[in-house]
Amino acid sequence: MAFALRLRLPGVPAFPLLGRPWIRGAIGVALFLAAGEAIGRMGLVSREDLPPTSDVLRALWQMVAVEGFGSDVLITTGNWLLGLAVAIAIGVPAGLLLGSVPILNSASRLAIDFLRPIPSVALIPLAILVLGTGTEMRVFVMVFAAIWPILFNTIYGLMEVDPLAKETARSFGAGRIRVALTVSLPSAAPFILTGIRLAATIALILEITAELLGGGGAGGIGKVINVATGGFGRMDVVLAATLVAGVIGLLANTMLEYVSRHGFAWAHTGAPS
Amino acid sequence: MVLRHRLAQLVTLVVLVGAWELATRLAEEPFFPRPSVIVKNMRELWLSGPPSQLLLTENVSEDIVPSLTRLLGGWAIAAVIGISVGIALGRIGWLVDFVGPLLHFLRAVPPPALLPVFIVILGLSTTMQLAVIAFGVIWPILLNTIDGARSVEGTQVDTARVFRVSPLRRLFGVVLPAASPKIFAGLRISLSLALILMVISELIGTTDGLGRALEDAKGEFSIADMWAVVVLLGILGYVLNALLLAVEHRVLRWHRASRALQSEQG
Repeated sequence: MAFALRLRLPGVPAFPLLGRPWIRGAIGVALFLAAGEAIGRMGLVSREDLPPTSDVLRALWQMVAVEGFGSDVLITTGNWLLGLAVAIAIGVPAGLLLGSVPILNSASRLAIDFLRPIPSVALIPLAILVLGTGTEMRVFVMVFAAIWPILFNTIYGLMEVDPLAKETARSFGAGRIRVALTVSLPSAAPFILTGIRLAATIALILEITAELLGGGGAGGIGKVINVATGGFGRMDVVLAATLVAGVIGLLANTMLEYVSRHGFAWAHTGAPS
Repeated sequence: MVLRHRLAQLVTLVVLVGAWELATRLAEEPFFPRPSVIVKNMRELWLSGPPSQLLLTENVSEDIVPSLTRLLGGWAIAAVIGISVGIALGRIGWLVDFVGPLLHFLRAVPPPALLPVFIVILGLSTTMQLAVIAFGVIWPILLNTIDGARSVEGTQVDTARVFRVSPLRRLFGVVLPAASPKIFAGLRISLSLALILMVISELIGTTDGLGRALEDAKGEFSIADMWAVVVLLGILGYVLNALLLAVEHRVLRWHRASRALQSEQG
Protein backbone atom coordinates (compact mmCIF):
# COMPACT_ATOMS: atom_id res chain seq x y z
CA MET A 1 0.00 0.00 0.00
CA ALA A 2 2.91 2.31 0.63
CA PHE A 3 3.52 3.02 -3.04
CA ALA A 4 -0.17 3.48 -3.71
CA LEU A 5 -0.26 6.29 -1.16
CA ARG A 6 2.88 7.80 -2.59
CA LEU A 7 1.61 7.70 -6.16
CA ARG A 8 -1.87 8.78 -5.22
CA LEU A 9 -1.86 12.49 -5.72
CA PRO A 10 0.52 13.84 -8.36
CA GLY A 11 -1.93 13.38 -11.23
CA VAL A 12 -5.13 14.20 -9.39
CA PRO A 13 -6.18 17.58 -8.03
CA ALA A 14 -6.55 17.52 -4.27
CA PHE A 15 -10.35 17.39 -4.06
CA PRO A 16 -10.95 15.58 -0.80
CA LEU A 17 -14.04 13.75 -2.11
CA LEU A 18 -12.06 12.21 -4.97
CA GLY A 19 -10.02 10.36 -2.38
CA ARG A 20 -12.82 7.93 -1.56
CA PRO A 21 -12.58 4.69 -3.54
CA TRP A 22 -16.33 4.24 -4.06
CA ILE A 23 -16.67 7.75 -5.51
CA ARG A 24 -13.79 7.05 -7.88
CA GLY A 25 -15.46 3.78 -8.87
CA ALA A 26 -18.75 5.57 -9.51
CA ILE A 27 -16.93 8.15 -11.65
CA GLY A 28 -15.39 5.30 -13.65
CA VAL A 29 -18.79 3.70 -14.27
CA ALA A 30 -20.31 7.07 -15.20
CA LEU A 31 -17.48 7.74 -17.69
CA PHE A 32 -18.04 4.29 -19.21
CA LEU A 33 -21.77 4.92 -19.66
CA ALA A 34 -21.06 8.37 -21.12
CA ALA A 35 -18.53 6.86 -23.54
CA GLY A 36 -21.17 4.31 -24.57
CA GLU A 37 -23.60 7.15 -25.25
CA ALA A 38 -21.02 9.14 -27.24
CA ILE A 39 -19.84 6.19 -29.35
CA GLY A 40 -23.45 5.25 -30.10
CA ARG A 41 -24.19 8.76 -31.32
CA MET A 42 -20.98 9.45 -33.22
CA GLY A 43 -22.08 7.38 -36.18
CA LEU A 44 -18.94 5.23 -36.51
CA VAL A 45 -21.29 2.28 -36.48
CA SER A 46 -25.00 2.59 -37.13
CA ARG A 47 -27.19 3.38 -34.15
CA GLU A 48 -29.09 0.12 -34.61
CA ASP A 49 -25.91 -1.95 -34.42
CA LEU A 50 -24.39 -0.30 -31.38
CA PRO A 51 -27.12 1.70 -29.65
CA PRO A 52 -26.13 4.45 -27.19
CA THR A 53 -26.56 3.94 -23.44
CA SER A 54 -29.85 5.88 -23.31
CA ASP A 55 -31.43 3.59 -25.93
CA VAL A 56 -30.31 0.52 -23.99
CA LEU A 57 -31.76 1.85 -20.74
CA ARG A 58 -35.01 2.76 -22.49
CA ALA A 59 -35.20 -0.76 -23.94
CA LEU A 60 -34.57 -2.20 -20.48
CA TRP A 61 -37.40 -0.14 -19.01
CA GLN A 62 -39.72 -1.25 -21.82
CA MET A 63 -38.75 -4.91 -21.31
CA VAL A 64 -39.30 -4.85 -17.57
CA ALA A 65 -42.48 -2.79 -17.55
CA VAL A 66 -44.27 -4.15 -20.60
CA GLU A 67 -42.80 -7.43 -21.86
CA GLY A 68 -42.45 -9.38 -18.63
CA PHE A 69 -38.66 -9.58 -18.71
CA GLY A 70 -38.78 -10.18 -14.97
CA SER A 71 -40.02 -13.74 -15.40
CA ASP A 72 -37.14 -14.51 -17.79
CA VAL A 73 -34.69 -13.18 -15.21
CA LEU A 74 -36.32 -15.43 -12.61
CA ILE A 75 -36.07 -18.47 -14.89
CA THR A 76 -32.38 -17.86 -15.56
CA THR A 77 -31.60 -17.17 -11.91
CA GLY A 78 -33.60 -20.19 -10.71
CA ASN A 79 -31.97 -22.60 -13.18
CA TRP A 80 -28.57 -21.17 -12.39
CA LEU A 81 -28.98 -21.60 -8.62
CA LEU A 82 -30.28 -25.13 -9.18
CA GLY A 83 -27.30 -26.01 -11.39
CA LEU A 84 -24.89 -24.53 -8.85
CA ALA A 85 -26.58 -26.41 -6.01
CA VAL A 86 -26.32 -29.74 -7.85
CA ALA A 87 -22.65 -29.04 -8.68
CA ILE A 88 -21.97 -28.33 -4.98
CA ALA A 89 -23.96 -31.37 -3.85
CA ILE A 90 -21.82 -33.62 -6.06
CA GLY A 91 -18.51 -31.75 -6.02
CA VAL A 92 -18.00 -31.27 -2.28
CA PRO A 93 -18.70 -34.87 -1.17
CA ALA A 94 -16.69 -36.23 -4.10
CA GLY A 95 -13.86 -33.87 -3.19
CA LEU A 96 -14.04 -34.97 0.47
CA LEU A 97 -13.85 -38.60 -0.61
CA LEU A 98 -10.99 -38.14 -3.07
CA GLY A 99 -9.16 -35.78 -0.72
CA SER A 100 -9.25 -38.15 2.25
CA VAL A 101 -8.40 -41.38 0.39
CA PRO A 102 -5.11 -40.80 -1.47
CA ILE A 103 -5.27 -43.96 -3.58
CA LEU A 104 -8.72 -43.00 -4.92
CA ASN A 105 -7.45 -39.51 -5.65
CA SER A 106 -4.47 -40.59 -7.71
CA ALA A 107 -6.36 -43.45 -9.37
CA SER A 108 -9.08 -41.12 -10.63
CA ARG A 109 -6.67 -38.35 -11.62
CA LEU A 110 -5.97 -39.51 -15.18
CA ALA A 111 -9.66 -40.04 -15.97
CA ILE A 112 -10.53 -36.62 -14.52
CA ASP A 113 -7.71 -34.96 -16.45
CA PHE A 114 -9.27 -36.25 -19.67
CA LEU A 115 -12.83 -35.26 -18.75
CA ARG A 116 -12.14 -31.80 -17.41
CA PRO A 117 -10.85 -30.02 -20.53
CA ILE A 118 -13.89 -31.02 -22.63
CA PRO A 119 -15.55 -27.64 -23.23
CA SER A 120 -19.08 -28.15 -21.98
CA VAL A 121 -20.55 -25.88 -24.66
CA ALA A 122 -19.56 -28.57 -27.15
CA LEU A 123 -21.91 -30.88 -25.25
CA ILE A 124 -24.87 -28.51 -25.66
CA PRO A 125 -25.91 -29.72 -29.17
CA LEU A 126 -25.78 -33.34 -27.96
CA ALA A 127 -27.52 -32.50 -24.71
CA ILE A 128 -30.31 -30.75 -26.62
CA LEU A 129 -30.87 -33.90 -28.70
CA VAL A 130 -31.00 -36.12 -25.62
CA LEU A 131 -32.56 -33.90 -22.96
CA GLY A 132 -34.42 -31.21 -24.90
CA THR A 133 -34.04 -27.45 -24.30
CA GLY A 134 -35.49 -27.24 -20.79
CA THR A 135 -34.16 -27.25 -17.27
CA GLU A 136 -32.66 -30.79 -17.37
CA MET A 137 -30.37 -29.94 -20.29
CA ARG A 138 -29.32 -26.62 -18.77
CA VAL A 139 -28.58 -28.11 -15.37
CA PHE A 140 -26.60 -30.94 -16.97
CA VAL A 141 -24.24 -28.66 -18.94
CA MET A 142 -23.88 -26.31 -15.97
CA VAL A 143 -22.94 -29.15 -13.63
CA PHE A 144 -20.50 -30.62 -16.14
CA ALA A 145 -18.68 -27.28 -16.37
CA ALA A 146 -19.00 -25.98 -12.83
CA ILE A 147 -18.13 -29.10 -10.86
CA TRP A 148 -14.36 -29.00 -11.53
CA PRO A 149 -13.37 -25.88 -9.58
CA ILE A 150 -15.48 -27.09 -6.62
CA LEU A 151 -13.99 -30.59 -6.74
CA PHE A 152 -10.39 -29.43 -7.07
CA ASN A 153 -10.63 -26.70 -4.47
CA THR A 154 -12.15 -29.17 -2.00
CA ILE A 155 -9.29 -31.64 -2.60
CA TYR A 156 -6.75 -28.83 -2.41
CA GLY A 157 -8.30 -27.47 0.78
CA LEU A 158 -8.11 -30.91 2.42
CA MET A 159 -4.39 -31.10 1.64
CA GLU A 160 -3.85 -27.86 3.56
CA VAL A 161 -5.56 -29.06 6.73
CA ASP A 162 -3.25 -28.95 9.73
CA PRO A 163 -2.20 -32.59 10.31
CA LEU A 164 -1.82 -31.89 14.03
CA ALA A 165 -5.51 -30.95 14.29
CA LYS A 166 -6.49 -34.20 12.59
CA GLU A 167 -4.18 -36.31 14.78
CA THR A 168 -5.52 -34.60 17.87
CA ALA A 169 -9.10 -35.39 16.93
CA ARG A 170 -8.10 -38.96 16.12
CA SER A 171 -6.37 -39.43 19.45
CA PHE A 172 -9.53 -38.27 21.21
CA GLY A 173 -11.27 -41.17 19.56
CA ALA A 174 -12.98 -39.47 16.61
CA GLY A 175 -13.54 -41.77 13.62
CA ARG A 176 -12.45 -41.11 10.03
CA ILE A 177 -15.79 -39.68 8.95
CA ARG A 178 -16.15 -37.57 12.06
CA VAL A 179 -12.67 -36.07 11.51
CA ALA A 180 -13.55 -35.33 7.89
CA LEU A 181 -16.78 -33.56 8.84
CA THR A 182 -15.73 -31.70 11.99
CA VAL A 183 -12.04 -30.93 11.36
CA SER A 184 -11.22 -31.14 7.65
CA LEU A 185 -14.42 -29.68 6.19
CA PRO A 186 -14.47 -26.50 8.33
CA SER A 187 -10.81 -25.82 7.77
CA ALA A 188 -11.11 -26.42 4.01
CA ALA A 189 -14.25 -24.25 3.81
CA PRO A 190 -12.53 -21.06 2.55
CA PHE A 191 -10.97 -23.01 -0.33
CA ILE A 192 -14.29 -24.65 -1.16
CA LEU A 193 -15.95 -21.25 -1.21
CA THR A 194 -13.36 -19.95 -3.67
CA GLY A 195 -14.20 -22.94 -5.87
CA ILE A 196 -17.91 -22.16 -5.60
CA ARG A 197 -17.26 -18.56 -6.60
CA LEU A 198 -15.43 -19.66 -9.76
CA ALA A 199 -18.15 -22.24 -10.42
CA ALA A 200 -20.89 -19.60 -10.12
CA THR A 201 -19.35 -17.52 -12.91
CA ILE A 202 -18.92 -20.56 -15.17
CA ALA A 203 -22.44 -21.83 -14.49
CA LEU A 204 -23.97 -18.48 -15.43
CA ILE A 205 -22.07 -18.47 -18.74
CA LEU A 206 -23.33 -21.99 -19.47
CA GLU A 207 -26.92 -21.26 -18.49
CA ILE A 208 -27.07 -18.24 -20.80
CA THR A 209 -25.32 -20.11 -23.63
CA ALA A 210 -27.67 -23.08 -23.28
CA GLU A 211 -30.64 -20.72 -23.47
CA LEU A 212 -29.09 -18.93 -26.42
CA LEU A 213 -28.43 -22.11 -28.42
CA GLY A 214 -31.57 -23.90 -27.23
CA GLY A 215 -33.88 -21.39 -28.88
CA GLY A 216 -37.62 -22.04 -28.50
CA GLY A 217 -39.59 -22.53 -25.29
CA ALA A 218 -38.34 -22.60 -21.72
CA GLY A 219 -37.52 -18.85 -21.51
CA GLY A 220 -34.64 -17.08 -19.82
CA ILE A 221 -32.30 -14.14 -20.48
CA GLY A 222 -30.46 -16.05 -23.22
CA LYS A 223 -33.72 -16.78 -24.99
CA VAL A 224 -34.63 -13.09 -24.94
CA ILE A 225 -31.26 -12.40 -26.58
CA ASN A 226 -31.87 -15.16 -29.13
CA VAL A 227 -35.27 -13.74 -30.05
CA ALA A 228 -33.98 -10.15 -30.18
CA THR A 229 -31.16 -11.21 -32.54
CA GLY A 230 -33.55 -12.64 -35.10
CA GLY A 231 -35.90 -10.49 -37.15
CA PHE A 232 -35.02 -6.82 -36.85
CA GLY A 233 -31.91 -7.44 -34.76
CA ARG A 234 -32.77 -5.39 -31.69
CA MET A 235 -29.29 -4.79 -30.31
CA ASP A 236 -30.65 -2.43 -27.65
CA VAL A 237 -32.60 -5.39 -26.22
CA VAL A 238 -29.52 -7.65 -26.49
CA LEU A 239 -27.38 -5.13 -24.61
CA ALA A 240 -30.06 -4.51 -21.98
CA ALA A 241 -30.37 -8.26 -21.34
CA THR A 242 -26.58 -8.58 -21.20
CA LEU A 243 -26.44 -5.73 -18.69
CA VAL A 244 -28.88 -7.57 -16.42
CA ALA A 245 -26.91 -10.84 -16.76
CA GLY A 246 -23.72 -8.97 -15.82
CA VAL A 247 -25.39 -7.44 -12.77
CA ILE A 248 -26.56 -10.89 -11.59
CA GLY A 249 -23.04 -12.27 -11.97
CA LEU A 250 -21.54 -9.27 -10.20
CA LEU A 251 -23.99 -9.55 -7.26
CA ALA A 252 -23.26 -13.25 -6.83
CA ASN A 253 -19.52 -12.70 -7.00
CA THR A 254 -19.60 -9.80 -4.53
CA MET A 255 -21.77 -11.73 -2.08
CA LEU A 256 -19.57 -14.83 -2.18
CA GLU A 257 -16.46 -12.70 -1.83
CA TYR A 258 -17.99 -10.96 1.19
CA VAL A 259 -18.80 -14.28 2.83
CA SER A 260 -15.33 -15.67 2.19
CA ARG A 261 -13.77 -12.53 3.66
CA HIS A 262 -15.94 -12.20 6.75
CA GLY A 263 -17.62 -15.56 7.23
CA PHE A 264 -14.67 -17.71 8.21
CA ALA A 265 -13.33 -16.23 11.39
CA TRP A 266 -11.88 -19.60 12.37
CA ALA A 267 -9.74 -20.13 9.32
CA HIS A 268 -8.03 -17.13 7.81
CA THR A 269 -5.64 -19.00 5.64
CA GLY A 270 -6.07 -16.87 2.55
CA ALA A 271 -7.36 -19.24 -0.11
CA PRO A 272 -6.08 -18.64 -3.63
CA SER A 273 -8.30 -16.49 -5.80
CA MET B 1 4.54 -45.98 -4.32
CA VAL B 2 4.65 -43.77 -7.40
CA LEU B 3 4.60 -46.81 -9.67
CA ARG B 4 1.60 -48.19 -7.82
CA HIS B 5 -0.28 -44.93 -8.32
CA ARG B 6 0.57 -44.85 -12.04
CA LEU B 7 -0.71 -48.37 -12.34
CA ALA B 8 -3.90 -47.53 -10.45
CA GLN B 9 -4.47 -44.56 -12.79
CA LEU B 10 -4.10 -46.66 -15.91
CA VAL B 11 -6.24 -49.48 -14.53
CA THR B 12 -8.99 -47.00 -13.57
CA LEU B 13 -8.94 -45.44 -17.03
CA VAL B 14 -9.07 -48.81 -18.77
CA VAL B 15 -11.86 -50.02 -16.48
CA LEU B 16 -13.88 -46.83 -17.07
CA VAL B 17 -13.52 -46.98 -20.85
CA GLY B 18 -14.33 -50.71 -20.75
CA ALA B 19 -17.46 -50.03 -18.68
CA TRP B 20 -18.46 -47.32 -21.14
CA GLU B 21 -18.03 -49.71 -24.08
CA LEU B 22 -19.98 -52.43 -22.29
CA ALA B 23 -22.80 -50.11 -21.20
CA THR B 24 -23.23 -48.64 -24.69
CA ARG B 25 -23.19 -52.16 -26.24
CA LEU B 26 -25.88 -53.32 -23.83
CA ALA B 27 -28.05 -50.21 -23.98
CA GLU B 28 -27.84 -49.67 -27.76
CA GLU B 29 -29.02 -46.09 -27.34
CA PRO B 30 -28.70 -44.15 -30.60
CA PHE B 31 -27.41 -41.08 -28.77
CA PHE B 32 -24.62 -42.98 -27.04
CA PRO B 33 -22.40 -44.66 -29.62
CA ARG B 34 -19.70 -47.09 -28.47
CA PRO B 35 -16.31 -45.53 -27.72
CA SER B 36 -14.76 -47.86 -30.29
CA VAL B 37 -17.08 -46.39 -32.92
CA ILE B 38 -16.18 -42.85 -31.81
CA VAL B 39 -12.47 -43.62 -32.18
CA LYS B 40 -13.09 -45.17 -35.60
CA ASN B 41 -14.96 -42.03 -36.72
CA MET B 42 -12.20 -39.82 -35.38
CA ARG B 43 -9.69 -41.76 -37.46
CA GLU B 44 -11.86 -41.53 -40.56
CA LEU B 45 -12.48 -37.83 -40.08
CA TRP B 46 -8.96 -36.66 -39.41
CA LEU B 47 -6.40 -39.46 -39.75
CA SER B 48 -7.23 -41.35 -42.95
CA GLY B 49 -5.37 -39.13 -45.42
CA PRO B 50 -2.48 -40.08 -47.70
CA PRO B 51 0.83 -41.02 -46.04
CA SER B 52 2.54 -38.09 -47.82
CA GLN B 53 0.53 -35.75 -45.56
CA LEU B 54 1.28 -37.79 -42.45
CA LEU B 55 -2.19 -39.35 -42.79
CA LEU B 56 -3.87 -36.03 -42.06
CA THR B 57 -7.05 -35.52 -44.06
CA GLU B 58 -8.38 -32.33 -45.65
CA ASN B 59 -10.73 -32.04 -42.71
CA VAL B 60 -7.74 -31.21 -40.53
CA SER B 61 -7.11 -28.00 -42.45
CA GLU B 62 -10.83 -27.27 -42.52
CA ASP B 63 -11.71 -28.06 -38.91
CA ILE B 64 -8.72 -28.07 -36.64
CA VAL B 65 -6.36 -25.47 -38.12
CA PRO B 66 -8.88 -22.58 -38.27
CA SER B 67 -10.14 -23.37 -34.77
CA LEU B 68 -6.65 -23.50 -33.28
CA THR B 69 -5.66 -20.28 -35.06
CA ARG B 70 -8.67 -18.42 -33.67
CA LEU B 71 -8.25 -19.87 -30.20
CA LEU B 72 -4.55 -19.03 -29.90
CA GLY B 73 -4.91 -15.72 -31.76
CA GLY B 74 -7.71 -14.44 -29.53
CA TRP B 75 -5.95 -15.65 -26.43
CA ALA B 76 -2.65 -14.01 -27.49
CA ILE B 77 -4.39 -10.67 -28.18
CA ALA B 78 -6.04 -10.83 -24.76
CA ALA B 79 -2.70 -11.72 -23.14
CA VAL B 80 -0.80 -8.80 -24.73
CA ILE B 81 -3.48 -6.21 -23.91
CA GLY B 82 -4.33 -7.71 -20.53
CA ILE B 83 -0.76 -7.88 -19.27
CA SER B 84 0.33 -4.44 -20.50
CA VAL B 85 -2.81 -2.63 -19.33
CA GLY B 86 -2.79 -4.65 -16.11
CA ILE B 87 0.80 -3.68 -15.27
CA ALA B 88 0.02 -0.02 -15.97
CA LEU B 89 -3.13 -0.09 -13.81
CA GLY B 90 -1.44 -2.06 -11.06
CA ARG B 91 1.49 0.35 -10.79
CA ILE B 92 -0.66 3.49 -10.77
CA GLY B 93 -2.63 3.07 -7.57
CA TRP B 94 -5.28 5.76 -7.98
CA LEU B 95 -6.23 4.64 -11.48
CA VAL B 96 -7.37 1.22 -10.21
CA ASP B 97 -9.93 2.90 -7.95
CA PHE B 98 -11.55 4.49 -10.98
CA VAL B 99 -11.80 1.39 -13.14
CA GLY B 100 -12.03 -1.35 -10.48
CA PRO B 101 -15.84 -1.67 -10.14
CA LEU B 102 -16.22 -1.37 -13.91
CA LEU B 103 -13.75 -4.20 -14.50
CA HIS B 104 -15.55 -6.42 -11.99
CA PHE B 105 -18.82 -5.79 -13.81
CA LEU B 106 -17.32 -6.50 -17.24
CA ARG B 107 -15.78 -9.71 -15.94
CA ALA B 108 -19.20 -10.83 -14.69
CA VAL B 109 -20.84 -10.35 -18.11
CA PRO B 110 -21.29 -13.77 -19.77
CA PRO B 111 -19.42 -13.22 -23.08
CA PRO B 112 -21.74 -15.39 -25.24
CA ALA B 113 -24.53 -12.89 -24.54
CA LEU B 114 -22.61 -10.26 -26.49
CA LEU B 115 -22.04 -12.53 -29.49
CA PRO B 116 -24.97 -11.03 -31.48
CA VAL B 117 -23.55 -7.52 -31.05
CA PHE B 118 -20.12 -8.63 -32.25
CA ILE B 119 -21.70 -10.39 -35.24
CA VAL B 120 -23.74 -7.33 -36.21
CA ILE B 121 -20.73 -5.00 -36.00
CA LEU B 122 -17.97 -7.21 -37.42
CA GLY B 123 -19.96 -9.66 -39.54
CA LEU B 124 -19.46 -13.42 -39.71
CA SER B 125 -15.69 -13.23 -39.93
CA THR B 126 -12.52 -14.40 -38.28
CA THR B 127 -12.09 -10.85 -36.96
CA MET B 128 -15.39 -11.24 -35.14
CA GLN B 129 -14.32 -14.54 -33.61
CA LEU B 130 -10.96 -13.14 -32.53
CA ALA B 131 -12.74 -10.16 -30.96
CA VAL B 132 -15.24 -12.38 -29.12
CA ILE B 133 -12.52 -14.65 -27.76
CA ALA B 134 -10.22 -11.75 -26.81
CA PHE B 135 -13.04 -9.84 -25.11
CA GLY B 136 -14.23 -12.89 -23.25
CA VAL B 137 -10.90 -14.10 -21.90
CA ILE B 138 -9.12 -10.83 -21.13
CA TRP B 139 -10.65 -10.28 -17.68
CA PRO B 140 -8.91 -13.04 -15.69
CA ILE B 141 -5.56 -11.99 -17.23
CA LEU B 142 -6.16 -8.29 -16.60
CA LEU B 143 -7.42 -8.65 -13.02
CA ASN B 144 -4.67 -11.12 -12.08
CA THR B 145 -1.98 -8.90 -13.60
CA ILE B 146 -3.27 -5.86 -11.69
CA ASP B 147 -3.23 -7.94 -8.53
CA GLY B 148 0.28 -9.20 -9.23
CA ALA B 149 1.66 -5.77 -10.13
CA ARG B 150 0.17 -4.23 -6.97
CA SER B 151 1.69 -6.83 -4.71
CA VAL B 152 5.29 -6.23 -5.84
CA GLU B 153 7.27 -5.47 -2.71
CA GLY B 154 7.93 -1.76 -2.28
CA THR B 155 11.47 -2.37 -1.04
CA GLN B 156 12.38 -4.22 -4.22
CA VAL B 157 11.21 -1.40 -6.47
CA ASP B 158 12.81 1.19 -4.19
CA THR B 159 16.10 -0.71 -4.14
CA ALA B 160 16.13 -0.83 -7.93
CA ARG B 161 15.37 2.88 -8.00
CA VAL B 162 18.15 3.72 -5.56
CA PHE B 163 20.58 1.85 -7.77
CA ARG B 164 19.38 3.95 -10.71
CA VAL B 165 18.00 1.01 -12.62
CA SER B 166 16.18 2.49 -15.61
CA PRO B 167 12.34 2.35 -15.54
CA LEU B 168 12.28 -0.06 -18.48
CA ARG B 169 14.65 -2.48 -16.78
CA ARG B 170 12.74 -2.06 -13.51
CA LEU B 171 9.63 -3.13 -15.40
CA PHE B 172 11.17 -6.20 -17.01
CA GLY B 173 13.59 -7.05 -14.22
CA VAL B 174 11.52 -6.46 -11.10
CA VAL B 175 7.82 -5.84 -11.66
CA LEU B 176 7.03 -8.39 -14.37
CA PRO B 177 8.88 -11.29 -12.73
CA ALA B 178 7.29 -10.56 -9.35
CA ALA B 179 3.84 -10.47 -10.93
CA SER B 180 4.38 -13.52 -13.15
CA PRO B 181 2.98 -16.25 -10.86
CA LYS B 182 -0.35 -14.39 -10.74
CA ILE B 183 -0.19 -13.64 -14.47
CA PHE B 184 0.26 -17.33 -15.27
CA ALA B 185 -2.70 -18.25 -13.09
CA GLY B 186 -4.80 -15.80 -15.12
CA LEU B 187 -3.45 -17.12 -18.43
CA ARG B 188 -4.46 -20.66 -17.47
CA ILE B 189 -8.05 -19.72 -16.58
CA SER B 190 -8.24 -17.77 -19.84
CA LEU B 191 -7.01 -20.63 -21.98
CA SER B 192 -9.84 -22.95 -21.00
CA LEU B 193 -12.29 -20.06 -21.38
CA ALA B 194 -10.89 -19.40 -24.87
CA LEU B 195 -11.68 -22.97 -25.88
CA ILE B 196 -15.30 -22.48 -24.76
CA LEU B 197 -15.68 -19.20 -26.63
CA MET B 198 -14.01 -20.61 -29.75
CA VAL B 199 -16.65 -23.34 -29.89
CA ILE B 200 -19.57 -20.95 -29.27
CA SER B 201 -18.43 -18.42 -31.85
CA GLU B 202 -18.06 -21.23 -34.41
CA LEU B 203 -21.38 -22.86 -33.57
CA ILE B 204 -23.14 -19.66 -34.55
CA GLY B 205 -21.22 -18.16 -37.40
CA THR B 206 -18.57 -19.76 -39.61
CA THR B 207 -17.95 -21.93 -42.62
CA ASP B 208 -15.09 -23.87 -41.02
CA GLY B 209 -13.73 -24.92 -37.64
CA LEU B 210 -14.64 -27.56 -35.09
CA GLY B 211 -17.80 -25.76 -33.97
CA ARG B 212 -18.95 -25.84 -37.60
CA ALA B 213 -18.06 -29.53 -37.82
CA LEU B 214 -20.20 -30.11 -34.74
CA GLU B 215 -23.15 -28.26 -36.28
CA ASP B 216 -22.71 -30.15 -39.57
CA ALA B 217 -22.69 -33.49 -37.77
CA LYS B 218 -25.83 -32.46 -35.90
CA GLY B 219 -27.47 -31.44 -39.18
CA GLU B 220 -26.67 -34.85 -40.68
CA PHE B 221 -27.81 -36.49 -37.46
CA SER B 222 -24.43 -38.22 -37.26
CA ILE B 223 -24.23 -38.71 -33.50
CA ALA B 224 -20.88 -40.55 -33.58
CA ASP B 225 -19.27 -37.64 -35.45
CA MET B 226 -20.62 -35.22 -32.84
CA TRP B 227 -19.01 -37.34 -30.14
CA ALA B 228 -15.81 -37.45 -32.19
CA VAL B 229 -15.64 -33.63 -32.20
CA VAL B 230 -16.35 -33.49 -28.46
CA VAL B 231 -13.57 -35.97 -27.70
CA LEU B 232 -11.12 -34.15 -29.99
CA LEU B 233 -11.95 -30.85 -28.22
CA GLY B 234 -11.20 -32.53 -24.91
CA ILE B 235 -7.84 -33.77 -26.22
CA LEU B 236 -7.02 -30.29 -27.56
CA GLY B 237 -7.86 -28.73 -24.20
CA TYR B 238 -5.73 -31.28 -22.41
CA VAL B 239 -2.70 -30.78 -24.68
CA LEU B 240 -2.89 -26.97 -24.63
CA ASN B 241 -3.16 -26.91 -20.85
CA ALA B 242 -0.23 -29.33 -20.52
CA LEU B 243 1.90 -27.15 -22.84
CA LEU B 244 1.11 -24.01 -20.85
CA LEU B 245 1.91 -25.81 -17.59
CA ALA B 246 5.28 -26.88 -19.03
CA VAL B 247 6.08 -23.28 -20.02
CA GLU B 248 4.96 -22.03 -16.61
CA HIS B 249 7.12 -24.66 -14.93
CA ARG B 250 10.21 -23.42 -16.80
CA VAL B 251 9.54 -19.70 -16.46
CA LEU B 252 8.67 -19.85 -12.76
CA ARG B 253 11.52 -22.14 -11.74
CA TRP B 254 13.24 -19.28 -9.88
CA HIS B 255 9.99 -18.56 -8.04
CA ARG B 256 9.70 -22.04 -6.58
CA ALA B 257 13.40 -22.00 -5.70
CA SER B 258 13.06 -18.72 -3.81
CA ARG B 259 9.92 -19.93 -2.04
CA ALA B 260 11.73 -23.06 -0.92
CA LEU B 261 14.63 -20.93 0.31
CA GLN B 262 12.27 -18.69 2.26
CA SER B 263 10.56 -21.56 3.99
CA GLU B 264 13.96 -23.04 4.90
CA GLN B 265 15.03 -19.78 6.48
CA GLY B 266 11.71 -18.99 8.12
